[in-house]
Amino acid sequence: MLGRSANGIFWLFRNLERAENTARLIEAGFRMALTRDARDASDEWRSVIVTLGLRALYETKFGTDYAGPNVINFILRDKDNPGNVLAMCELARTNARMVRAGITREVWESVNDSWLRMRELLARPVAETRLGAVLDTLRRQSTQVRGAMEGTMLRNEIYNFARIGSFIERADNTARILDVKYYVLLPSISYVGSSLDNVQWENVLRSLAGERAYRWLNAGRMEARGIAEFLILDSRFPRSLAFCYGKLRSNLAHLAREYGCETEAHAILQEADCDLHTITIDAIFEQGLHEYIAKFISRNTRLANQIQYDYRFID
Amino acid sequence: MKAASPSSYDEMFAADGSVRPAYCGYEEWYANQPADLLRRKGTEAEAFFRRTGITFNVYGSEDAEERLIPFDMVPRIITAHQWRRLSRGIEQRVRALNAFLHDLYHRQEIVRSGRLPARLLEKNPAFLPQMVGFTPPGGVYTHIVGIDLVRTGEDDFMVLEDNARTPSGVSYMLENRETMMAMFPELFTRVRVREVSDYPRRLARSLAACLPPAAKGHQPVVAVLTPGIYNSAYFEHAFLADQMGAELVEGSDLRIENGRIAMRTTQGYTPIDVLYRRVDDDYLDPLSFKPESQLGVSGIMDVYRAGGITIANAPGTGIADDKAIYSFMPEIVEFYTGEKPILPNVPTWRCSEPDALKYVLEHLSELVVKEVHGSGGYGMLIGPTSTKKEIAAFAAKLAARPHNYIAQPTLSLSTVPILGRGGLTPRHVDLRPFVLVSPGGIDITPGGLTRVALKKGSLVVNSSQGGGTKDSWVLDD
Repeated sequence: MLGRSANGIFWLFRNLERAENTARLIEAGFRMALTRDARDASDEWRSVIVTLGLRALYETKFGTDYAGPNVINFILRDKDNPGNVLAMCELARTNARMVRAGITREVWESVNDSWLRMRELLARPVAETRLGAVLDTLRRQSTQVRGAMEGTMLRNEIYNFARIGSFIERADNTARILDVKYYVLLPSISYVGSSLDNVQWENVLRSLAGERAYRWLNAGRMEARGIAEFLILDSRFPRSLAFCYGKLRSNLAHLAREYGCETEAHAILQEADCDLHTITIDAIFEQGLHEYIAKFISRNTRLANQIQYDYRFID
Repeated sequence: MKAASPSSYDEMFAADGSVRPAYCGYEEWYANQPADLLRRKGTEAEAFFRRTGITFNVYGSEDAEERLIPFDMVPRIITAHQWRRLSRGIEQRVRALNAFLHDLYHRQEIVRSGRLPARLLEKNPAFLPQMVGFTPPGGVYTHIVGIDLVRTGEDDFMVLEDNARTPSGVSYMLENRETMMAMFPELFTRVRVREVSDYPRRLARSLAACLPPAAKGHQPVVAVLTPGIYNSAYFEHAFLADQMGAELVEGSDLRIENGRIAMRTTQGYTPIDVLYRRVDDDYLDPLSFKPESQLGVSGIMDVYRAGGITIANAPGTGIADDKAIYSFMPEIVEFYTGEKPILPNVPTWRCSEPDALKYVLEHLSELVVKEVHGSGGYGMLIGPTSTKKEIAAFAAKLAARPHNYIAQPTLSLSTVPILGRGGLTPRHVDLRPFVLVSPGGIDITPGGLTRVALKKGSLVVNSSQGGGTKDSWVLDD
């Protein structure tokens, strides 16, 4: 396949993944804000903005006023935020058009449909009453694209690059949420066991669509270390770092088999993967959760760049 | 716009209101459909096109928004008998076109014989000196041709235009059929219509039959070259690449390696055997043509001439689309086939000839005047629908550069009904059949693209000017 097409499909799926994760993040933030007083709510919205890497941009426009409607619209549709969700959907669609010949009709139609719907839903500012419907559609649309992909795409290099794009992005998103919220999970924080803690923990899980799975695995008991372990190391949970790297490993291995050679990217992956397999949650807390996550994010970025280079995404 | 002339030939209904044989099967079905059902289907069809992304971009329109080409649900139907005659005529014309192009770029016998004035080639930007003395792989110049036909009576089909450069619209032919079959499956069990869906496969086969000398014995590598996603026909480029299983490449994906044109793949550069390019000659090679072009590949003409790649259609075929050349097509057909043309031209005045110019200037309000190098319905005058002021302005342009224009009578184009608010209502149509040429022969897909002027009485069918399309049926025997 063309290097340019690999690039297109990689970014198509990165953008879709990012849009979906952003929806979850807003959803969790919104829920949190509803249950808190104004100051805490505004703290919560700020942390959502920080997680998305939009703080400087946001504060240029609104200062430190983190009012819910401003934050929501800034993330979803504000033209002053070039990375808004509508722009992601549009970018995904542009990439899909570019690689139209490499994806099935079903995948193309679901991406196109997704863009058409989001464009309609985000044509005017989103009031809090409409937020639920917008986020719900966003999530459904991602599910639809993923379903079309699973059901109709040939399992070849194109599929591999699509999956690699998805999981690089997902690993990055999960890690960024952990990076912003790491202090919530630190055992040293004093109000362990308080209801505030429970709410904070549940919120982290909710932003990653993991609250139900975690509760189910732990018979409803919440505990910081357990949550961190679940989100980082539990390879059964589809948004954990270990799960994402498992998928990256199998897709990169597939490429190596198909092309008959491994690349630099395989070496970086192996290092990261080995780390996720051997390290324990105690060891992570020992070296510092924050440091560990920061290192993970930077290596994940390095891996993405190396893949783009090794497979000639650009000249 | 001029009102539909009552003398126009309607393809569905005879003057006495009876249904013509081609439409009998369809009309029987139509008569039993509740009117609101068909209207609902119209909305369905539009949603279908929007979702599948069958859109085109209009150059120069305010917002570069993607638009749908309106689709009308009443098919345009041609009988098996009519089609046989049309195909013979099309085949003859396309054969002549290829022989003509070969001759133009070699001995120019037709000029030597005095049947074609040499001045039509001199200073004609569509005539490429880079092609002189070179024979494309397989001897094929126009791998894909679209012949625009108009009809004025039961057996009166005429060629309005030849599209030998890069004819577009075939994806609409295919998608219109898909849409009709999805919406009205039962209709196709009642009326036997010849298939068009294997066009992409036939295109792939026909392209692969023209391998360049440098191609190795392996499976031929075919790629479609597109100017990119902002081109008005991008949907079609992607569609054809997808359907053929070919790569869709852009200029930035390509470079020369070991005397071949190679595309940047995830595993390095892979040579291309046949390039189906949807980029105009001018932009194909910045070294040979427009130096600022980003859409082509530097040096591709040298590689081509050295046998490293097949370019389809061959560069320089656009000369055959020239409207001054067109006016000589009857002579051209006769010169190369030794036969009288089966399909006549539309009568044409060459404004470069003083007598013709005089006549045209005196009759502008009745004529259609076109630029010889123009296309897409731009830069033309339609006398009967123009104001006095427009005609006067055009007359000045015409008098200043007469050789730049040809004129034709305002034809009473045939009509086919469209589904309007109040039921069936006649609109003018044309037809563009698609023709594939390979060393093995000429392959014509039964039917083609019917373009329809949606405005009452309008004769302009171009999609860039508000025209729509119809599914075109050739009936099975």
